[in-house]
Amino acid sequence: MELKELISQKLKTNFPEADLDFSEYRNEFNVKFNKKFVNPICKLLKEDSELEFLLCEDMTAVDWAKIKNRFTVVYHIFSIKHSFRLVLKADVDVSDCAIDTVSSVWKTSNWQERECYDMYGIKFNNHPDLRRIYMPEEFEHHPLRKDFPLLGIPGSLPLPKK
Amino acid sequence: MGLEAKLNSDGFLVTQLDAVVAWARKNSVYPMPMGISCCAIEMMASADPKYDIARFGSEVMRFTPRQCDLMIVAGTVTYKMSHVVRKIYEQMPDPKWVIAMGACTSTGGMYRSYSVVQGIDQFLPVDVYVAGCPPRPDNLLNALIQIQNKIGRTRARDFQNLKLPELNVIQNN
Repeated sequence: MELKELISQKLKTNFPEADLDFSEYRNEFNVKFNKKFVNPICKLLKEDSELEFLLCEDMTAVDWAKIKNRFTVVYHIFSIKHSFRLVLKADVDVSDCAIDTVSSVWKTSNWQERECYDMYGIKFNNHPDLRRIYMPEEFEHHPLRKDFPLLGIPGSLPLPKK
Repeated sequence: MGLEAKLNSDGFLVTQLDAVVAWARKNSVYPMPMGISCCAIEMMASADPKYDIARFGSEVMRFTPRQCDLMIVAGTVTYKMSHVVRKIYEQMPDPKWVIAMGACTSTGGMYRSYSVVQGIDQFLPVDVYVAGCPPRPDNLLNALIQIQNKIGRTRARDFQNLKLPELNVIQNN
């Protein structure tokens, strides 16, 4: 069985209520799902002996600047066993701007989620150490949001006295 | 120096103390290499045998601000880094001078962004701005010569009654 079919079959049998949506774009297999299921899905993909997606290469978010489902959180995970890359996506709404952490599955996503929180303001539930990673801790804005001006908000970052 | 030619008749010469001090000061400028990004590579190149900043008496790059009197800020200064730059500048003893080396340091350069200070003159008194991205080593040497000319014009009274910066004492108990 082809790996893509195997992945979709396993996810469909284990998570029938996760609003799964499979698509393919430029030879990359995309899986979109409800954000409530992010932790069990990632756990399955990593720990299943036929899949073994051991590596969380990248984790970021997209700001679509729309009212409903403003953000999409994107995970790029890689299976060394199959040399196969998989893209996971989950929509996050502004009204409930939070998603469960996967840092219990892949430890690298601890810092990646901190960066995502810093830049987009998406909270990660049950994250062990959710602090800003780039911007100063007293900074109040989230720079990669579409409504943040390119040159920043004057006075939001303090300069030393002359 | 041509000093021997002047000394050969009587063995002494008359000058002003200010002139001697300024002459000594300008020919032994100790730079503080504040190399933050790629301009620092050109700053290092200016110290190599080809360009040889030692010809101007400035080869002693001290990595402690206590022994320096010229700060070469070479690189992109972010808002987070600006506090460090200012702190190191305040640790340098008076009199002191600042070169803003390169486009990023002088104006923010190509980083027209929320995280980069658009010109370090917002928090440091800059004496010479060097254009270029990055500037060639000879451009930096030109800036050094301009600083030397500036130092050569100083007199002792210029540095008298200088206001000391207020110390921000942090006590960790």
